[in-house]
Amino acid sequence: MSAADPSLLASAPGPQIRAVRDEFHGDLLEVSMGPHHPSTHGVFRMMATLDGETVVKLKPVFGYLHRNHEKIGENTTYLGSMPYTDRLDYFCAMTNNWAYALAVERLAGQAVPERAEYLRVILAELTRLLNHTCLAGFLLQDCGASGTPLMYAFREREKILDLFESLSGSRMMCNYQRFGGCRVDPPPGWLEAAGRLVGGYGGFLDEYEALLTGNEILMARTQGIGRLAAPLAISAGVTGPMLRASGVDYDLRKVDGYGFYPRFAFRVPLGAHGDTYDRYMIRMLEMRESIRILEPALRDLPAGPIIDPKARLRGFRAKPGEAYGRIEGPKGEIGFYLISTGGPNPYRYRVRPPSFVNLTILEDLCLGHSIADAVVILGSIDIVLGEVDR
Amino acid sequence: METVEQIRDRLLARFPGAAVTVVPNPGPAAQHSLLLGAERAREIAEFLRDDPVLQLDYCSNVTGVDWPGHLEVVYHLYSMARKHGPVILRLRTANRSDQVTLPSLTPVWRAAEFQEREVFDLFGVVFAGHPDLRRILMWDGFQDHPMRKDYVEPDDYEWEPTAHGDVLAKAKRHAAAAGSAPAAGEAGA
Repeated sequence: MSAADPSLLASAPGPQIRAVRDEFHGDLLEVSMGPHHPSTHGVFRMMATLDGETVVKLKPVFGYLHRNHEKIGENTTYLGSMPYTDRLDYFCAMTNNWAYALAVERLAGQAVPERAEYLRVILAELTRLLNHTCLAGFLLQDCGASGTPLMYAFREREKILDLFESLSGSRMMCNYQRFGGCRVDPPPGWLEAAGRLVGGYGGFLDEYEALLTGNEILMARTQGIGRLAAPLAISAGVTGPMLRASGVDYDLRKVDGYGFYPRFAFRVPLGAHGDTYDRYMIRMLEMRESIRILEPALRDLPAGPIIDPKARLRGFRAKPGEAYGRIEGPKGEIGFYLISTGGPNPYRYRVRPPSFVNLTILEDLCLGHSIADAVVILGSIDIVLGEVDR
Repeated sequence: METVEQIRDRLLARFPGAAVTVVPNPGPAAQHSLLLGAERAREIAEFLRDDPVLQLDYCSNVTGVDWPGHLEVVYHLYSMARKHGPVILRLRTANRSDQVTLPSLTPVWRAAEFQEREVFDLFGVVFAGHPDLRRILMWDGFQDHPMRKDYVEPDDYEWEPTAHGDVLAKAKRHAAAAGSAPAAGEAGA
């Protein structure tokens, strides 16, 4: 019988071919993706069990960067931990600093002057711009768009890092916040440079979104992939853009109203589907809102001291007690839990890292999708291993 | 939101005989907490999650504390529905050596899954009812619990003899013990 036999071709419709394929009972395949894999954003491993290409089980394995950050924090002074918080989420040193400073200020009842609060808001929102821009670049990299989106993102990130460098002396390891304020005043011309950057950022986002948001390949790879239902998101403690992409209105800038956020008008974008595309889109929309915070903040930055003159940094001690301080970091709720027994070091120093907790639902999101989609789902969770492993 | 005293009174009325006490926080943060007995902690946690007034649907932070004489696990609860919190729960083990089992709250809040694994890994608290209690940050063959205050790091890493006093002293100890068995606490190969 030759393949050219017309009667054979006519009698071979799709369902028959599928029926034949079902008779192959292939073994499940265990794949260890990582810890050295370009898609895992650092040393992170996914122990995936595959049926064909479909994920049937996926266990994240991490700890490769574990250095017992918390123990080191307990063996050093309160101020000594401040530069070390930069290394948690090394994209977002400014927000890590702020969360730690906030927890210590709660612990000691320390006030913060107005100018410092404004500077903190400005720096946190710049960090959010930087983080979300890079996340979009990495997500596209994970989809296979090598180079262009990530290079565009890094070009803009570099401009923000230049601002951080001229302010704090370091691009990424800023070590800028202090208990009761900030370390140094912005140098002459800094506010104007920041204003120019913020003024031009909307134009960059327009260009970036023109490339990405309506892109057919991005939509095909992300829409309907890795849906996260709101009840699971809440139960699993998912926070930040991931939570809001599932439609839960919970933004600590609104809920806790820490810093001077209640003085600024901004909206909290919410997703409708909770899929990977929504998680991408939420970040794009949040950046627009960050610009709406930054413009009046830079314009209205009040004069005055940048640190409470009564604040004690070296030799800082807190009365016995404990405090949990949290802020809305770009990746979610970053919190610090401190217990003081009156000594120069905290008795307990705990970091609540957002991407560690957000990883809880990685397996739930990946089940039933292909292994290539698992890479994109992981990219949309936005993890940084410096913070996951601590 | 209700004060911790009001929550305690409601819990005692709902769960007669349960051990619920207020642990005051003397610091300026004034975040007081509730100490729960291990026996009925799971029921109480479910009640706090489902109670229409409190609706503590979000467990933000789970961590351990090593106190002299006992280990403590601390849960920071918030409500995403009602946007209030925190309500802080504490559970204590009987001692630090053989009675370190506490009920897992992962069936109540999934957010505790990885964080309880971390407390198990670094503090050595065993969570009964946890679906997947394994080490999470240290490797599987590791023996000790590094976040305990009396933890001594194993003397098994490769040292570089330099002029620093403590490293030099360690090098001398190694030289004296050359050929002896690996130090206690070394992980299985």
